[in-house]
Amino acid sequence: MLGSYPVAGKFGRYGGKYIPETLAPAVEELESAYEKYKNDPDFQKELSYYLTEYAGRPTPLYFAKNLTEHVGGAKIYLKREDLLHGGAHKTNNTLGQALLAKKMGKKRIIAETGAGQHGVGTALACAVLGLDAEVYMGAKDVERQKLNVFRMELLGAKVHPVQSGSKTLKDAINEAIRDWIANVNTTYYLIGSVVGPHPYPMMVRDFQSVIGHEVKQQMRELQGKLPDAVVACVGGGSNAMGSFYPFLDDQDVMLCGVEAGGHGIKSGKHSATLAAGSQGVLHGMFTYLLQDERGQVMETHSISAGLDYPGVGPEHSMLKDAKRARYAASTDDEAIEAFVTLSRLEGIIPALEPSHAISYAMKLAKEMSKDDIIVVTLSGRGDKDVQVVQDYLDSKNRGKKKKHAK
Amino acid sequence: MQNRIAARFDELVSRDERALVCYVVAGYPDLKTSEEAIDALVVGGADIIEIGIPFSDPIADGPTIQAASYSALEKGVTPEKALRLAKSVRKRHPELPLLAMTYCNILVRVGVEKFMAHAKECGIDGFILPDMPVEEAGEYSQAASKLGLSLVFLASPNTSEARLRNIVKSTSGFLYLVSVYGITGARKSFEGYTLDAIRNVKRLAESKIPVAVGFGIKTPAHIRLMAGAGADGVIIGSAIVDIMSKSSSKKKMLKELVDFAKSMKRACKK
Repeated sequence: MLGSYPVAGKFGRYGGKYIPETLAPAVEELESAYEKYKNDPDFQKELSYYLTEYAGRPTPLYFAKNLTEHVGGAKIYLKREDLLHGGAHKTNNTLGQALLAKKMGKKRIIAETGAGQHGVGTALACAVLGLDAEVYMGAKDVERQKLNVFRMELLGAKVHPVQSGSKTLKDAINEAIRDWIANVNTTYYLIGSVVGPHPYPMMVRDFQSVIGHEVKQQMRELQGKLPDAVVACVGGGSNAMGSFYPFLDDQDVMLCGVEAGGHGIKSGKHSATLAAGSQGVLHGMFTYLLQDERGQVMETHSISAGLDYPGVGPEHSMLKDAKRARYAASTDDEAIEAFVTLSRLEGIIPALEPSHAISYAMKLAKEMSKDDIIVVTLSGRGDKDVQVVQDYLDSKNRGKKKKHAK
Repeated sequence: MQNRIAARFDELVSRDERALVCYVVAGYPDLKTSEEAIDALVVGGADIIEIGIPFSDPIADGPTIQAASYSALEKGVTPEKALRLAKSVRKRHPELPLLAMTYCNILVRVGVEKFMAHAKECGIDGFILPDMPVEEAGEYSQAASKLGLSLVFLASPNTSEARLRNIVKSTSGFLYLVSVYGITGARKSFEGYTLDAIRNVKRLAESKIPVAVGFGIKTPAHIRLMAGAGADGVIIGSAIVDIMSKSSSKKKMLKELVDFAKSMKRACKK
């Protein structure tokens, strides 16, 4: 049963704890604290209180009628994580881990962030629970996502721009790990995705599984059956893992992860780790990576900063090898098209990350029958992306005009 | 056959000296200069040389070594080129113990045993992998022991007694005790917990395996402090890279390295 992993900290051969010895006691402490609180009714009650009363769970499962008619195939439902407090699914995990950290007596929380969504999620969870938050963010991303930097600061977090390496998400994680090593006795590292050493991939998946559990229940209420396919975007892979996990042992439900194809897999400028990567060790885990033939981790590209990561959660690596989930990629162009289409047809501006999933779901729906049901996890809202999309469309239009002029 | 690292520690113990382990990033500032730096350190009295094979994501390293690794990678230094450097050093120094320090992924990419076997051909005596704890060591330990290479494990001041016993059992060549909570990089001073950790590790290691202390050491006074608590050796990295990045000319830099190693080695002798 795939749902019973990890076993001894591993998802098949993936996962593990490739960490400096200084972190070993911290990771062991976290493992036993999580085991304790996972089954503690008081902890679960408190978390459920925050998820419901503070963050707005359950989120709706919305039938996208206009989109479905436009595509002309399977029925498309959207799991509206964009309506969750904070604007993305990240809050499920940050509330869970911040509450756990508080129970563990850790007052100082550190986190990494790419586009800033996990940083914002961490900052708001720490604000409401009375914890100190410090967020590492690549200097390039700080420049690209000024609005989210200000949001984090407004919520009381301290943002550290990271100048090392490629100055993006992977370097922010490196720097957060270094901070954790230096302050291991007082600090809790709140990882934002199903990545890192065990128990993080398992724990983050568990906190995000609220998505899939709700989908299952809502689908039964709405249609009296399970969906035929669940589609979600994959960067590190937390919203996908949270959507997939409750369905792992329901073999009839097709699970599709959609990675960022950037300028196309062949161009080399993408973040499609599972589609084009190879196995290796990064950030404490054995998993698929985008790396060169000598083992140096590569810089990735995606129009959506949230998918711009050269690794992927180890559980996804296992699901790929076991062929339990299929993994595809949508390019920048396809994601933008889906972004615009959903905005116009349904009045929902999706984040660029799930726009990749929507694009793929539209293709998939065409191949399926009208009685079939696809659930797409709409992992976040697109307000943060409107500037990027506007710039993108402007430059496309300029390109077209030039062509006409010739 | 006993490997060069164990032989060197035996020799040093018999002379009542501590081992001076010096770290150089392969290809920083360029391959030729890093090789000359190794020669200078040996002339000054380094007992063991650690060659850093640059990796894109060195999570256990501080700003000094990160910057040096990044610069080497930018200049196209590959693991193969780093090993060729080792081969060349080996030719001139047949008895010098040579360790490779890098991160797991560099080995995993090629295949752990294949990479180790090739490294051995190039004259490497052992490996230090700071992101490989005992839990994940199986394949690495097997390959190293099959090839007669040392696999040096790290311990930290917060390592539990149970883990420490496991590490003492697993490590070969020596045990690398990380002096502080933190990453690599020169420090001004050390706290009492560092010395307590040395005493504690020495107690568990008994006389089975030498204990070398690293991270942050940069002065003879630091060495005397560590030696006083029972350390069998010290590992110096960032302080060396600092000298290499700050000197105004290569000639001056190499002379500074000789002098630096000399003064450090003096502190290793009581």
